Amino acid sequence: MLDRMKIYFFETGQISLFGWRFLKEFLLPPYELKELLRQCYLIGNKSLGLVGATGFIMGIVLTLQTRPTLVEFGAESWIPSMVGIAIVREIGPVLTALICAGKIGSGIGAELASMKVTEQIDAMEVSGTNPFKYLVITRVTACIIMLPVLVVFSDIISLSGSALVEFLKGKVTFQLYISNVFTYLQFSDLIPSITKAFFFGFAIGIVGCYKGFTSKKGTEGVGRTANSAVVISSMLVFVLDFIAVLITDIFYDL
Amino acid sequence: MKPGVTIDFNNPVIEIEDLWKSFGSNHVLKGFNLTLHQGENIAVMGKSGSGKSVLIKCIIGLLTIDKGKLSVLGKAVPEINHKELDELRTDVGFQFQGSALYDSMTVRENLEFPLRRHREKLKGIPVNDLVMESLENVGLAHAVDMMPEELSGGMKKRVALARTLIMRPKIILYDEPTSGLDPVTGKEISLLINEIQERFQTAAIVITHDLGCAKITSDRMIILHDGINYTESTYSELNQSTDEPVKAFFT
Repeated sequence: MLDRMKIYFFETGQISLFGWRFLKEFLLPPYELKELLRQCYLIGNKSLGLVGATGFIMGIVLTLQTRPTLVEFGAESWIPSMVGIAIVREIGPVLTALICAGKIGSGIGAELASMKVTEQIDAMEVSGTNPFKYLVITRVTACIIMLPVLVVFSDIISLSGSALVEFLKGKVTFQLYISNVFTYLQFSDLIPSITKAFFFGFAIGIVGCYKGFTSKKGTEGVGRTANSAVVISSMLVFVLDFIAVLITDIFYDL
Repeated sequence: MKPGVTIDFNNPVIEIEDLWKSFGSNHVLKGFNLTLHQGENIAVMGKSGSGKSVLIKCIIGLLTIDKGKLSVLGKAVPEINHKELDELRTDVGFQFQGSALYDSMTVRENLEFPLRRHREKLKGIPVNDLVMESLENVGLAHAVDMMPEELSGGMKKRVALARTLIMRPKIILYDEPTSGLDPVTGKEISLLINEIQERFQTAAIVITHDLGCAKITSDRMIILHDGINYTESTYSELNQSTDEPVKAFFT
């Protein structure tokens, strides 16, 4: 038990140091802009379909589940704003982050672990390229950039799903639905949502890269790395979300 | 000495004295010594886990040594800073055991990769010319736009060698260049190592388990046993040895 605790705290410390190294080296040259753009494309493109599909389903399900209760109280006109706030403030960012933790986090972890096993990272170092700059900084930065974009995309798709249900069940037009959503949803609701998406991206990227970079036990380690990258980054998403909600409460008085 | 090869015995390019390297309580190298001369190929043989790969990773600076003297092209590797080490690495090629080609890049991109940071060494020569020349040297010019997954094991080794050659190194460190290859392809790679030595006058350390490779490529052989250079001589002399640890490699 004590040993497990030691390992847990050691790993937490190591991930923190890895994150700190990222912050220290992030702005220092050389800049791997081409690789950064490639990673942005891969991360965004790889997750777009899944994020869109789950977002759409979530919008539909949330509206279908909320509808009967609000109809019972004669408050069905509140559905768009209620669902809109829930999606933009909470469900959109968290759902997107969890999907990305599963898809991108594991992908980065497995890719880097496999590169380590096959000595590609050593080959990079021998050829005069800093592997941390080329592999870690580009991937983490791409996650930080693309997560908020995916969150906004997911929000739009979720609201479209919700609007579809309202159109079919409540005969509410799309224009009216959107107008209702924005009656209560303020621009200020978007700021905490996007801000926490940056942090989710950072956490997913750092954990994936850290696990890949420190992978051991050969090919067996590649699978373990992918698995633990998903577990740790998913947990971190919830921890960061909790902290974000507490901070948002201070500033916006939820 | 092999025909067409000139070894300059007055010009040592790698000097190792009393090299020690441990991983925790596992003492891998325990006072290893080696001198590699300009134009010379040395084959290092030893059991699995005897520290052969550790030795060349110390030479290229991928691993730090515990104690001893390690000098490459006149520079003390443990004492130089990262920038100097990077510059030194442009003169020292490293051929990885598994080729270590970048999966996500084409053969061309793999070869262009080392040039990204060290273009100044070969400025004035178009990148495409360098790539094609390197591939022609290993007989794979036609594979320039292929992905590593489309290459056979032998082709991967050749491309990795071309990637090493593109920087025109003075020394090449080969880590098991024939491992995982059939005897015919293994022999082709061994002959290619000799061809490179002859054409570019490079010095090389060839880490190998393959007696055939050692026989073809080595001007001198070192048996790494119990963390030290147990014995060193030419292939034919060691082949006649009656010493048990040496005989074990030749029977």
